[in-house]
Amino acid sequence: MSIPQLLVHDREDNVGVVVVEDLTAGTEMLCVVTADNSDFRLTAKADIPIGHKVALKPLKAGDTVIKYGEDIGRMIGDAEVGGHVHTQNCKTKRW
Amino acid sequence: MALDFSNSTVKAWRRENGRVGVRNHVLILPVDDISNAACEAVANNVKGTMALPHAYGRLQFGEDLELHFRTIIGTGANPNVAAVIVIGIEPEWTKVIVDGIAKTGKPVTGFSIEQKGDFETIRQASWKAKEYVHWASELQKEDCPVSDLWISTKCGESDTTTGLSSCPTVGNMYDKLLPQGIYGCFGETSEITGAEHICETRAANPETAAKFKAIWKAYQDDVIEAFKTSDLSDSQPTKGNILGGLTTIEEKAMGNLEKIGRTSTYIDAIGPAETPEKGPGLYFMDSSSAAAECVTLMAAGGYVIHTFPTGQGNVVGNPIVPVIKISGNPRTLRTMSEHIDVDVTGVLTREMTIDQAGDSLIEMIMRTANGRLTAAEALGHREFSMTKLYRSA
Repeated sequence: MSIPQLLVHDREDNVGVVVVEDLTAGTEMLCVVTADNSDFRLTAKADIPIGHKVALKPLKAGDTVIKYGEDIGRMIGDAEVGGHVHTQNCKTKRW
Repeated sequence: MALDFSNSTVKAWRRENGRVGVRNHVLILPVDDISNAACEAVANNVKGTMALPHAYGRLQFGEDLELHFRTIIGTGANPNVAAVIVIGIEPEWTKVIVDGIAKTGKPVTGFSIEQKGDFETIRQASWKAKEYVHWASELQKEDCPVSDLWISTKCGESDTTTGLSSCPTVGNMYDKLLPQGIYGCFGETSEITGAEHICETRAANPETAAKFKAIWKAYQDDVIEAFKTSDLSDSQPTKGNILGGLTTIEEKAMGNLEKIGRTSTYIDAIGPAETPEKGPGLYFMDSSSAAAECVTLMAAGGYVIHTFPTGQGNVVGNPIVPVIKISGNPRTLRTMSEHIDVDVTGVLTREMTIDQAGDSLIEMIMRTANGRLTAAEALGHREFSMTKLYRSA
């Protein structure tokens, strides 16, 4: 298998993690779900740094972000599929 | 095919109390901040000793003083330490530390500075330190089963790669070695926030789960609620975490908890720097999430090797416990590889399984126990940081 650009923990997740450096907008990413080794393709809509998250589904303000199959916070802005999810549009529910 | 570590042994030091140490330090241990200078002078006089200067030890009281004593005594009592010189400003608290360490059966002598001054204290302590170094340097290593090791963990400068690679690597190590009979330890009370409901389910029994929950809730009520600022002043997640792609404390906590593996459960929840008392198994220790404080507390609890996953590249070490760094972030391996002992970048490229990564960590634990210096040891990282609970009297 070739080297993936995006890893996803769980099939339920609506975000994945960029695992390569210098990912540019327009890259058709090989995405692997680590829980079952299944894979799919997704086009990055922005230059997204290594370690940062990508939306796997259209996300709207107020939506719950799911990673590890668990609630990791809420959207405070929108993200399109393949868009960057981070502090500009996602926040903790704790404080 | 997973490697079989069940009959593996390491060459290490069997101490007077039966515990196994993987280093053979002679410590010059200050009771308080104002005794640091005398300790450093003794360590300068006598090669092969190490002074552990720190910032506290005067006018503390109550639980805060108990934690200070427990941390200093636990550090001296750790099996990685062969013998200890204790120096304090006055004799009574110095004796508390000496008596605490002496329970292990190892050689320990205390000196106090009042009515003598630094010069005379340093002279007397240097003679005793030289005697201890000669004695300790002739102690022989023997074959000890890997199951006699006490192995702690805490991650630092985490990012999303730690939850994908280096933290599950530690978890895999625990899933393999805890059944062999090692003692394990995880903690970081504040960083469990967001995954506390999952951590609760990983307790071995309801009493332990309740004990964990009480510790976690006390931290939320007494510290977070009392001093809360927006996003905890960007301390959880930290600026480094955020640069690495972590957005929320929940996300960070989920990655953090990967360190306890898939099958392991913890058998007790203990206070900071407390020694586990329920036999072999995994323990949750109430502890700071700041790297140096946390490793210091776990070392004081008696752990002799520390496994430290990092994403963005934390450089922490400890004076008496080898800290093994594990990273899966290719950028960190490219830019600061001098700090990393175990490279698990292959997990992200899918060229290495978590099972293989766990085996490579266990092999590094054994090499470290046999004497290989960790990156942090080779680079001189000796962070010794006391946890202080509140202002002094």
